Amino acid sequence: MDIASLSIGSVRESLLARRYSAAELAAEALKFAEAENPRTNAYLHFSPERALAQARAVDDQIARGADPGPLAGVPIGVKDVILTKGVRTTCGSRLLERFVAPYDATAIQRIEAAGGVILGKTNCDEFAMGSSNENSAFGPVRNPVAPDRVPGGSSGGSAACVAQGTAVVSLGSDTGGSVRQPASFCGVVGVTPTYGRVSRYGLTAFASSLDHIGPFGRTVRDAATVLQVMAGHDPYDSTSAHAPVPDYPSALDGNPKGLKLGLPREYLKDLTSETGDLIWRAVDELKRLGCEVRDISLPATEYAIASYYVIATAEASSNLARYDGARYTVRSENSGTLSDMYRNTRGEGFGDECKRRIMLGTYVLSHGYYDAYYLKAQKVRALITRDFARAFEEVDAIVAPVSPFPAFKLGEKVDDPIAMYLSDIYTITGSLAGIPCMSVPCGKTADGLPVGMQVLTRHFDETTMFRLADAYERR
Amino acid sequence: MKITEEQVRYVADLANLSLTGAEIARFRADLDGILDHVDKLNEADTTGVEPMAQVLFDADPDSALREDIVIPPLGNEAALANAPQSGAGHFKVPKVIER
Repeated sequence: MDIASLSIGSVRESLLARRYSAAELAAEALKFAEAENPRTNAYLHFSPERALAQARAVDDQIARGADPGPLAGVPIGVKDVILTKGVRTTCGSRLLERFVAPYDATAIQRIEAAGGVILGKTNCDEFAMGSSNENSAFGPVRNPVAPDRVPGGSSGGSAACVAQGTAVVSLGSDTGGSVRQPASFCGVVGVTPTYGRVSRYGLTAFASSLDHIGPFGRTVRDAATVLQVMAGHDPYDSTSAHAPVPDYPSALDGNPKGLKLGLPREYLKDLTSETGDLIWRAVDELKRLGCEVRDISLPATEYAIASYYVIATAEASSNLARYDGARYTVRSENSGTLSDMYRNTRGEGFGDECKRRIMLGTYVLSHGYYDAYYLKAQKVRALITRDFARAFEEVDAIVAPVSPFPAFKLGEKVDDPIAMYLSDIYTITGSLAGIPCMSVPCGKTADGLPVGMQVLTRHFDETTMFRLADAYERR
Repeated sequence: MKITEEQVRYVADLANLSLTGAEIARFRADLDGILDHVDKLNEADTTGVEPMAQVLFDADPDSALREDIVIPPLGNEAALANAPQSGAGHFKVPKVIER
């Protein structure tokens, strides 16, 4: 069996036709992933016992004639910020190097209830903070398409394993672009659903008002199927939405005729690079498919990065306060007093980017600065959200680039945090508004580097987003 | 200059983060650059705009409430399993108060 080219549909068909068992597939997939992993460092660790036990349970169901579920036997990688009971969950941090999760995230429970087989945990920037995966305490991930380049971040490992073929689909998390940007860099599909669509229970908190769990796949259909399984209210996350979840895969009719698409001029005016050419070509193809294209304006875009890096770091500085040496495995040897324990555990344990963001977040929340920075940033967030609401009075979806450039070289931007932050410009706006957005591959540069097109829709309208992206993918 | 090393030390203190001298110098420069960009916020006219703390949806006011039934909690043993030091069902930390 050719592990690297499997899809959710092909696995299901093969299992039901008894061409192989889920246990055989899991064993093969693990062997393949372990052998291929040194090329990219996409996985941090594997969970073979759990994977094989789950696969045997799927085989039992098939043997009994029961429906084994929409993800039956599908090999899955999970970003190591999502809790998996009994399996290490490191968040890419030295501070949690030995942390074994005491419970499963709701998303994980639902993936396994649907028959999914989790092979292992994927590499990421420490506590999901970064745009290149170079902030992992366990080494960077290499882009499977171009090994001297970054896979994007923070969900770099989850994008890379799907691109590399060592998982069929994977889970990442997105706070300001951490699913869409690596999907774009690695040439796979990456989805950030509506805020609240997927429970955050068991997702390690970075910035709670912005954090999402989202899927990666090699096709829109596979990613939509995974979101379908995870979506829906969860009593363990009071910010998860009660909205009904439509059947995404069955909405993929390949016909986007009549959809009104908006092109935000603020995103496209400076985009003259190869990325711009590929986006414009994709827009032409969408027109040919029968979509109507309009010029729109999202005027608050220029303030988005400033707003995001105030809000996200403020929330992060609070959320990361819990890593204090008392509860989570690592405590500094220099813990003579309680205060020493806090300060030294955190000073020795956190990497540079986490420290930088904790410092910025603490500063903007500190006495005398709260109104000027934090409150102002929240007001600007409201402006950005209002921009989208106005645009969606006129159009059904917005089409935009994901990143201003394709995957850059390892080490190229690591010493310039501001340049790294500025590269998140096109993904951050959708995150602040909490609308569904995704990256779908739209071609490669002359150097063979993948470029992603972003599709954004109204709150809870993942269906239109998937319909458009799927029709484009099948063009 | 938007931020001094003294302010960086004060903020590190608030954040319970021990930083080396080299880190203080580096973060001062980094924060200075980032805050310079963040100043862009002041150009945005937010007169009459309410701050947005959460992505809010139309939902019943009591939609986050559930039936008052007992749900088995994680349990003491599982909660302590990752503790650097525990004892008698608690997290142990260095002595806080001198006798």
